[in-house]
Amino acid sequence: MTARRTPEPVQVVKKRRDATLRALVEGVPYIRYLGIQFERRGDELTGILPFDQKLIGNPMLPAIHGGVTAAFLEVTAIITLSWTYLWEDIESGTIDTASLEAGGLPRLPKTIDFSTDYLRSGLPRDAYARARINRSGRRYASVHVEGWQDNRTRLFAQATGHFLMPQPRD
Amino acid sequence: MTDKITLARQFIEAIPHSRALSMRLVEMEGGVAVIEMPYADNLVGDPETGVLHGGAVSALMDTTCGAAAMCHPSNLGGTATIDLRIDYMRAAVPGQAITTRAECYHVTRSVAFVRATATDESGGTPVATASGAFTVEGRT
Repeated sequence: MTARRTPEPVQVVKKRRDATLRALVEGVPYIRYLGIQFERRGDELTGILPFDQKLIGNPMLPAIHGGVTAAFLEVTAIITLSWTYLWEDIESGTIDTASLEAGGLPRLPKTIDFSTDYLRSGLPRDAYARARINRSGRRYASVHVEGWQDNRTRLFAQATGHFLMPQPRD
Repeated sequence: MTDKITLARQFIEAIPHSRALSMRLVEMEGGVAVIEMPYADNLVGDPETGVLHGGAVSALMDTTCGAAAMCHPSNLGGTATIDLRIDYMRAAVPGQAITTRAECYHVTRSVAFVRATATDESGGTPVATASGAFTVEGRT
């Protein structure tokens, strides 16, 4: 009887997952600028956009700028897509966490098009988003993102985007 | 005429996020708006190449399209985005400003239809194009 491989200690697995996520999020200046963070539960990611005065697009209401909403959903789509694309390497341990921690960013998918539906005005409070990858091939991916604020079922925006996947280095 | 553009400029500059991105209104009249956004390090999406993040281009597109919808002769109130689609044609050249020109090409009682093109200083193929629908307010 072949011995089953002992599962890796939880902190080792977590360290690798968190290091990868941190590199993806903190390596991009624009994500840091908007203040977007990600929460991870296993492989599930939730984007968080903490409210800030500089995100306002309509000072009368006030409401979050439509461009910020689109950017937040696009960032959530790209990070979730990259994360899913890297997941196998993270789990097998082939991902180079030392290089990630030194600021070596994995290559990211490129947006081909992004279409945002504005369902309600973005209130001056924190926003959340989750992406679902509907199709991910070798070259193209189609991703749907939902954004909400106080109630998970009352979306304030949703979006669909197509992305060009990073090609293996020559 | 000059007063009109000054007013429009003040309006755009009163938008906190547009000000944060240093957007500058070049033109806004008769359903056409032109807004410029300088290159900035904190708007970068790919630190290896210094290319701007698509999201920053989205913010510029949304502002310019909204401005075009607002200055159309048959839309006298404010406006809100219903939907906006952006096609990314190529990476913007690092270090160059992006200029977006939006045109509100049709207005019904409730909807303003807008399209826009974003170019960098190198000219040629646009960086991105957009098309969207905006609300028409102040009428029932």
